[in-house]
Amino acid sequence: MATHSAQAARFEQTSFAVGDKKLGMWVFLASEVMFFTGLIGSYIILRWGASSSWPAPNEVLNVPITAANTFLLICSSVAMVKAFAAIEEGNQKGLKLWLLATIVMGASFVGVQAYEYIELVHHGFTPASGLYGSTFYAMTGFHGFHVTMGVLCMIWVLGKAMRGHYTQENHQGVEVIGLYWHFVDLVWILLFTIVYLI
Amino acid sequence: MATTTAGPTGIPVREEHHPQSFIRKYIFSTDHKIIGIQFLFTTLFFLLVGGLLAVMLRFQLGFPGEALPGGSMLPETMAPGGIILPEFYNSLVTMHGTFMVFFAIMPLLVGVYANYLIPMQIGTHDMAFPTLNMASYWLFLVSGLIMLASFWMVGGASGAGWTQYAPLSATPEASGVYNGQILWCISIAIFGFSSLLGSINYITTVINQRAPGMTWLRLPLVIWALFITAILGLLAVPVLTAAVIMLMFDQTIGTTFFLPTDGGQPLLWQHLFWFFGHPEVYILILPAMGFVSEIISNGSRKPVFGYKSMVFAIMAIAFLGFIVWGHHMFQSGMNPALGMSFMITTLIIAVPSAIKVFNWMATMWGGAIKFTTPMLFAVGFVMLFTIGGLSGIFMASTPVDIYIHDTYFIVAHIHYVLFGGSLFAIFGAIYYWFPKMFGRMINETAGKIHFALTFVLFNLVFFPMHGLGMEGMMRRIYDTSRYTHLAEVQDTNTMITWAALGLFASGLYFMLLFFWSLFRGKPAGVNPWDATTLEWSLPSPPKHGNWEEIPTVYHGPYEYSHPDVEKDWLLQNERPDVVSPAHEVTVRQGEA
Repeated sequence: MATHSAQAARFEQTSFAVGDKKLGMWVFLASEVMFFTGLIGSYIILRWGASSSWPAPNEVLNVPITAANTFLLICSSVAMVKAFAAIEEGNQKGLKLWLLATIVMGASFVGVQAYEYIELVHHGFTPASGLYGSTFYAMTGFHGFHVTMGVLCMIWVLGKAMRGHYTQENHQGVEVIGLYWHFVDLVWILLFTIVYLI
Repeated sequence: MATTTAGPTGIPVREEHHPQSFIRKYIFSTDHKIIGIQFLFTTLFFLLVGGLLAVMLRFQLGFPGEALPGGSMLPETMAPGGIILPEFYNSLVTMHGTFMVFFAIMPLLVGVYANYLIPMQIGTHDMAFPTLNMASYWLFLVSGLIMLASFWMVGGASGAGWTQYAPLSATPEASGVYNGQILWCISIAIFGFSSLLGSINYITTVINQRAPGMTWLRLPLVIWALFITAILGLLAVPVLTAAVIMLMFDQTIGTTFFLPTDGGQPLLWQHLFWFFGHPEVYILILPAMGFVSEIISNGSRKPVFGYKSMVFAIMAIAFLGFIVWGHHMFQSGMNPALGMSFMITTLIIAVPSAIKVFNWMATMWGGAIKFTTPMLFAVGFVMLFTIGGLSGIFMASTPVDIYIHDTYFIVAHIHYVLFGGSLFAIFGAIYYWFPKMFGRMINETAGKIHFALTFVLFNLVFFPMHGLGMEGMMRRIYDTSRYTHLAEVQDTNTMITWAALGLFASGLYFMLLFFWSLFRGKPAGVNPWDATTLEWSLPSPPKHGNWEEIPTVYHGPYEYSHPDVEKDWLLQNERPDVVSPAHEVTVRQGEA
């Protein structure tokens, strides 16, 4: 005869020790990986299959400026880590400061990218400039869109931080936006390598 | 709004239920059950749209060149004098496929039943992200309406086929369709986002919100199927989203991804589309298999035969589904060695599919079968899916496929798996869960008449199409009378059209029955089918938030004819020793 308590003790853990929001973000990022795989995979196939020669990146693009911009985005990821570390210690001021720094650097990245686009269009390089233009604008454009969304979400998180929403014990929102931000950063390092360097 | 906090056991507990306004409760609802029902009504409408388009294109094939009855009401650009124009015919074929795949079958399976069943069957109050769930429905509705609106655009709706092969779809010069084509892309991109929100919700909820005792191997097979389907959708649909956005850029801002004149690759579109498209095929069948497992076990009053092998078969099908997409492209001129590898992986899929079919038969074997309407549809599913699966093996073999590629053999196959398969399971699921959703039964006799009509007419419509394909009737042709080799099969085509009209009429009969039963059906009790999964322990219809107190699960999902209890079923939250205290119950090892 199995007793009540013996049976209750046999219940296995039925959930992961990961919060819903964090799990949801990981699941979302999995689909984002597939989205960018679609874009990058197309780029690889189109570039390998191209009949005419593919222009070297520095013939068309301003690589030094974008390299600096890449550095800026990596720094913003560091600032995001700092913001998360601050709230882990219950440091409200540090959280707000580092979040603000992340936002400023993220927004500057988008600004520099917009400047780059305007310059390129002035020199006659548009999405209609053959396969090179098509793939360049699709990949960098979608990445820029993701950074913009990230900055907007981060402004929202900062607003909540200002109202003292996050505590040392409960700061899933900061962690979740951080995951997204690091992902976007990682995608950019990949894109920078294949679009600007190779 | 109810608030959720962590209870003492770490399980979220819904603390309060404020009365809600009509709009919050039924229109902009975050309740998973209302969202499921919203999906149901919307998708039944789109199913009707898809069916109407099918009847129109069937008329053209059955009576080429004759005026469509009532067709003179259509604008001059579609059917002058009621005679369907070739361009309009292309739109009909394209939009029939698009509506049925994206806006009827897929949301009927996933939108309706993942939403409605997941929280109740795993024993929780609601989805992990109710607001995202609501957004998922409204985005879906918007995308469907955009697709519908494309009929009213100058140049009509997209005519490039539901597969949208480039360059036909990528440049208006090729197809003569302008804004309709762009709307197709916008609609599918929004649809992709809606599907993504749904998938995130389903996956997170199943992983994190299961009731105490609801271990992975005690999940009902419906939940397993919907969970794996959500993973397929999560990973496959974003690729389509990326592809349709590129396609739209080709049409609008002058990019050349898929346009060969400027170095683009039309074949790239095919790869991207089918990389999504083949997992999509399993998105369209796995939940149906889940429903059927549930219904057959219930109708046979026996546990599902080989529960674990069912779960692993679902996983195997899902995994293989990602590496077979090339079998849609044997004729595209790809490397024959690659074609061979796609052929082998495709044939391997027959193994887990056959495991499922034999498990269903073994479940029925020796059972005290009750032929209720849902059970009839489930058995119909097994028969018709088997035929569709076997014709799938024909076209998986490259040498055979080269002969039957792009003929009506393919049309017959897809309808056997998508209509005879998915839609039969959906009908079964509607009859089975209707009492829970609306608290009323659908009349059994009326339901059986619907089944008989659908089963007979379905086979009359689609079985002869295998023959038409072998005779060389090409898919998507507008006018059969222009081909001498098709003159002798015109009678078959006319017969199919009459049967298709009957099939559409039986669909209308079902819609009437559905709405009549909503108001006039016999009241259903808590558990009209004597079923075992958790939703049948709730009142019909269940309240917002489902449970006052989260149930505890004691055993697997299909405890029919349990030896230790007198009644022949045992709910997942019932303990055998509590249900039948007179019996000396020893909780069996490995089951408790």
